[in-house]
Amino acid sequence: MSNVQIMTGNSAAAWGARLAKVQVVSAYPITPSTSVTETIANWVERGELKAEYVRVESEHSVMTVCVSASTVGARVFTSTSSHGLLYMHEQLHWAAGSRLPIVLCCINRGVGAPWSIFNDQQDSIAQRDTGWIQIYCRDNQEIIDSVIQAYRIAEEVYCPVMVCYDGFVLSHTMMPVDIPDAEEVCRFLPPYKPHTLLCAEEPRNINPVIFPWQRRDAEGVLRDGYMDMRWKLQHALEGSAAVIARTSRDFAERFGRDHGGLLWGYRTEDAELFIAAMGSIATEATTAADLLREQGVRAGVVGVRVYRPFPREEVRQAFRSAPAIIVFEKDISYGYEGALAADIKAALYGTGIAAPIHNFIAGLGGRDVKAHELAEAVRASLAAMAQGTRERQTWLNCVTE
Amino acid sequence: MEPKDDNISAMCKPSVGEAGRTGDWRDATPVIDQTKCIAAVKNRPACYLCWLYCPEGVVEAGVPVKINLEYCKGCGVCAEECPSKAITMVMHEENGK
Repeated sequence: MSNVQIMTGNSAAAWGARLAKVQVVSAYPITPSTSVTETIANWVERGELKAEYVRVESEHSVMTVCVSASTVGARVFTSTSSHGLLYMHEQLHWAAGSRLPIVLCCINRGVGAPWSIFNDQQDSIAQRDTGWIQIYCRDNQEIIDSVIQAYRIAEEVYCPVMVCYDGFVLSHTMMPVDIPDAEEVCRFLPPYKPHTLLCAEEPRNINPVIFPWQRRDAEGVLRDGYMDMRWKLQHALEGSAAVIARTSRDFAERFGRDHGGLLWGYRTEDAELFIAAMGSIATEATTAADLLREQGVRAGVVGVRVYRPFPREEVRQAFRSAPAIIVFEKDISYGYEGALAADIKAALYGTGIAAPIHNFIAGLGGRDVKAHELAEAVRASLAAMAQGTRERQTWLNCVTE
Repeated sequence: MEPKDDNISAMCKPSVGEAGRTGDWRDATPVIDQTKCIAAVKNRPACYLCWLYCPEGVVEAGVPVKINLEYCKGCGVCAEECPSKAITMVMHEENGK
């Protein structure tokens, strides 16, 4: 029986954590993420969710609490945005390096200076290289479903997962969300088994100093050096791609909703032009594709749902027959180009796919992006491509002169 | 073939010498003058501030006090804390000079 309620993205995220029966939650309030953990704090206080809610003085401490709680075997949740996520940066590395299946919702918001509380994806993109899996959601249904999936993925591969969704655009926008049945979620999500149990009977040093070389421990066992440990993390992240795809399929079988695993496509079968994007701007792009088709341009959309691990093979497959690719994204790798565009180009290297790729930087700091503006941008790009412009970076709706 | 390390994150059992023979790191060695050390002079357990303050736990609180030079890093905290100035940090000669 379905239980559809009208709710914000932040409520959906909180519901995901509740259904996953998280045991420890720690957070520090920051717009636009605040209402996620506010909702959870309310449930904990009322006794509706049996969890420990730990109040701390900063996001750095939040992630420290998460790392500690996860190490001793608790299922852990937190959420944050923008500067809060950046403040966690060091501990994000610590969580991934310790191979802890922490789930964090990043409610995407621009980063200062100057101050902005509005949406773009610079915050989570800036955490790309911390060893976290990153999932970008399109709508509120995907948020609740992805949080549940995130725990199964994280606890299978022992890597932390960041579930990212756009601030205000999703976090504070209400839409119908089907809340999965609690018992069904329990069957989908087995209890968390930590890779290491800390207990008094078997004391351990967790994360001692590790040397550049392999070394025998006091018991004579040859232990990995730093670099060998880093390889294990890289290997786990790469291997997680298959787990993410399988988890998405299993979820679809059980709950009837498929959000596309690593990548999804919209009207791509006969497309002469492929739009690529992540998060809510990808949803907007599907409307733009419909508009373009009405105007006689056969547009399709490839939505990158999982940004790390980067779905190299799936990207190659999706664009194998693409005559033209246009990437819209809400981030910029300063001094180069949009992070998604750069990664897509890198994935296509040496494959013989030689489509021109244009990159639009859009919606930074919450600047509105409308479907018809995306469609206009696509038409302008197609015209430039016809003139032979193979690469181009354009800041959409932006004063650039 | 030797089995691979099956830990997926770095960890070890706490034990003496887990970080290697850290005595190798030392460039000054604590030397105890037993004619000044309170425990030795009184010939009974006493003072032991060196044992209390040693960040490495390499001071043995006996009579007389001993320092495990296999693992002492030569930080000099014991010499600094000793109320009877019984501990002197003796600098090692630099190599090749």
